[in-house]
Amino acid sequence: MKIAGLFSASLIVFILLWGAPEEGRADRVRPLRVAATTTTKVSGILDVLHSAFEKRSGIRIHTIAVGTGQAIRIARNGDADVLLVHSPEAEEKFVRDGYGLKRRLVMFNYFVIAGPEVDPARIGGMNDGPAALRRIARRRALFFSRGDDSGTHRKERTLWDAAGLVPSGVWYQSTGQGMGETLRIADEKRGYVLTDRGSFLKLVSKKRIDLRIFVTGDKRFLNPYSVILVNPEKHPHVNIRAAMKYEDFLVSSEGQRLIGAYKAGGERLFSPAFSRN
Amino acid sequence: MNFLLEGFREGFLLALRGDPEVLSASWVTIKVALGATFFGGLFGLPVGWFLASKKFRGRGAAIAILQSLLGVPTVVIGLVVYGMLSRRGPLGFADLLFTPSAMAIGLVVLAVPIISVFSMTAVASVDERARETAMTLGASSRRAAWTVLREARFGLVAAVLGAFGRVSSEVGIAMMLGGNIKGFTRTLTTGIALESSKGEFGFGIALGVVLMIIILFTNIVSRLLQRS
Repeated sequence: MKIAGLFSASLIVFILLWGAPEEGRADRVRPLRVAATTTTKVSGILDVLHSAFEKRSGIRIHTIAVGTGQAIRIARNGDADVLLVHSPEAEEKFVRDGYGLKRRLVMFNYFVIAGPEVDPARIGGMNDGPAALRRIARRRALFFSRGDDSGTHRKERTLWDAAGLVPSGVWYQSTGQGMGETLRIADEKRGYVLTDRGSFLKLVSKKRIDLRIFVTGDKRFLNPYSVILVNPEKHPHVNIRAAMKYEDFLVSSEGQRLIGAYKAGGERLFSPAFSRN
Repeated sequence: MNFLLEGFREGFLLALRGDPEVLSASWVTIKVALGATFFGGLFGLPVGWFLASKKFRGRGAAIAILQSLLGVPTVVIGLVVYGMLSRRGPLGFADLLFTPSAMAIGLVVLAVPIISVFSMTAVASVDERARETAMTLGASSRRAAWTVLREARFGLVAAVLGAFGRVSSEVGIAMMLGGNIKGFTRTLTTGIALESSKGEFGFGIALGVVLMIIILFTNIVSRLLQRS
């Protein structure tokens, strides 16, 4: 029965270890669960903001990085405490339906259309998004869509609508994945892609992709990120205290300064919502 | 080719240096896989033994169901368990979604059919004469069952270790139910998925190296157990 003894001893040790605080932390403060978009993750801004918040507040953050559509669904089900997303219409609906408290703008940047250096559809230098998309469609040049109901994907759909086109055909490919994956696929397969500046510049600065920005400066390319608390009236279990601290931190002068100071390859990736410069 | 070699070099360095993110992902992987294999064995081994040694109505159907469960895609298991554990789901009150426990639950569902089917085969392949001999030598039926299990031990160990290998290298369930939270539910496999999305090839390789070491280690242990 020596084996049985050894076995049960290791089982007990294992059960004790299961509940051990993560990463050697002694605190048992309830973590804050943030559902954030993949663009904030890929661009690296999320890591900067979250580690600063954790240090300052002592609250541990559990980040779930998914597309905006999925993030909102997770929050709607009550499986997250707070949202950091970028799809104004979906956000308004989320708040209107009573699932979220009011939205607060945190930061913004702009979308761009990027593609391989040879620019097969000749869209370089254009500043009209829908016109550029029409040209890509006419030339049947490869275009990669997120296809995941994310903020970026929704923006892309409104741009196609504005172009008066329903994109389809072998040249229009839906990756169904996050911003990082989609940029890398566009890079490998030499196609065009709609991306936010932050994710794009981050991957380019690290030499992970070799694409160029061709279309920029369209007013419709504005890309605002907002924070929304999940309404505790709908989901009483949410960690509302920590969520409020998180929201306050993002719009505080420190949070805003961190956003403005965050750079990749010498360029700022996001503009703080409340900046004086 | 350079790209690949550099990735491997960077990966080995990171893995050897004991990078905290690599360590944390390794620990989560081992912890969740061990937990899932343990409970998978707790349910699966008796089921396997029972199916192999008892004759009852519906046995054929039970075996057919378990065998087809072997082929269920892990994302389907992930999806169903997600629906159960979400706040909106029947078990939402337990606050388990996006925790290691949620991953372990999903992985138990994956492990049980594997362990049941393979332990059933192991027990069934024991020569019927072993049990009969034990019985004629005056063993009680419980004692005889024990003899059969002893005879089948190689196969049973293989069933459990096979399940461990499967659950520790699984991505879909770990991603959907764990949420890939850094330092909490990020496993080696979901970490690799994330690193590749960021284009961090070397770091992904580092995680892959550790995963392969874990699998190699389990295989060595399995060899030793089977020899003893």
